[in-house]
Amino acid sequence: MAGLRYMQGVATLRLNAGACTGCGVCREVCPHGVFGHETGKAVILDLDACMECGACALNCREGALSVAQGVGCARAIIHGWLTGEPPSCDCGGEGESNCC
Amino acid sequence: MKTSLALKDRIGAALVRLGIGRGRYRVAPGLYGVGLPGPDSPVLVTANYKLTFDSLRIELAGVDAWILVLDTLGVNVWCAAGKKTFGTAELVSRIRAVGLDRVVGHRKVVVPQLGAPGVAAHEVKTLSGFRVVFGPVRASDLKAFLSAGMKAGSGMRLVRSTPWERLVVGLVEFSNERRTMVVLAGALFLLAWAGLDGFSLARAWRGLWTGFSAFALGFAAGNLLTPPALALLPGRSFSGKGAQAGALAGLAVLALGQSALATAGMWLGAVVAGSWYAMNFTGSSTFTSPSGVEKEMRRAIPLQAAGLLLSVIFWRLGIGGS
Repeated sequence: MAGLRYMQGVATLRLNAGACTGCGVCREVCPHGVFGHETGKAVILDLDACMECGACALNCREGALSVAQGVGCARAIIHGWLTGEPPSCDCGGEGESNCC
Repeated sequence: MKTSLALKDRIGAALVRLGIGRGRYRVAPGLYGVGLPGPDSPVLVTANYKLTFDSLRIELAGVDAWILVLDTLGVNVWCAAGKKTFGTAELVSRIRAVGLDRVVGHRKVVVPQLGAPGVAAHEVKTLSGFRVVFGPVRASDLKAFLSAGMKAGSGMRLVRSTPWERLVVGLVEFSNERRTMVVLAGALFLLAWAGLDGFSLARAWRGLWTGFSAFALGFAAGNLLTPPALALLPGRSFSGKGAQAGALAGLAVLALGQSALATAGMWLGAVVAGSWYAMNFTGSSTFTSPSGVEKEMRRAIPLQAAGLLLSVIFWRLGIGGS
């Protein structure tokens, strides 16, 4: 939780504690230590550290986690605004751009 | 497969960091071996971006392991996972394509933790019979992870970036922004050349070098100064941090010996460019959320646009003529 911090009160991560079985996968895959463990269930300890990468929600077999997954990249968001498509950085791959 | 880099690999890495040939810097997808791997050796999954592949193999000196390279179109694990090219479907089909169940006796694959946004471990298990073990974030922790019986020690699961690493990833903007720089130079030249008092080539050249100097200071502030100094610059938003770096670096325009009005315009231009490029560095950082980036952009872009307009007006009126 130490280190660089970003904008507060914006992350879209939500935990449905009723559906959680406490398997611990979310804690394992989260690169920012967002989750903790309490009475055999996951808890969100540090919501503002969430970068909405989506690893936890994708790996939650109970579907107890939801998040608007995406890339925290200004260029991708501008691309989305201009084209009306979902934000994508179009980097690497067959695209021209080189950003990430 | 060797666990050391040849000179060719190092030169290739330097060029790719500068954006040269980056999209084509790939290795062929498939199964590779380091050391003398056998049926009990671990299987390490990675992407087919050559920088990624190289940073994995150099950490495996003295280890016998299989490396399963997925086709991520030459993109690193984390970015590719976000796009799902490093994903469940590709992993499952690559496991089948190389006949992994005949190569190893166990049913485990080690996927880098940063692949988790694309790889659903429980689905891979259902579809392929292989259990996904999420390995450490950094390849440099792999040996410790493997010798601890595939257990991640403290810190191995957290992403962090050093000032030096952030400086290096900012360098690619020099190549990304080439077109912008050419267009900008042309615009500065034309704006300074034309005036209500007629055309002046002397003023056009002055406009070009003064305007471009201001841009270069802001560009450096946003891409070279802000990334390593993220922790030192106050505030949360990258655009705000970049504006401060631009304000500082922009003071160098005082040395260009222009009129007060032109100097003010150039300084403001450096602030705007610093803010803009720092904001674009969000995509290269390791901790920004899309919700956060969108929030800061909605605040910053109107200010950047207003600042740009003012700076161009001040600069143009300040470099002479009308």
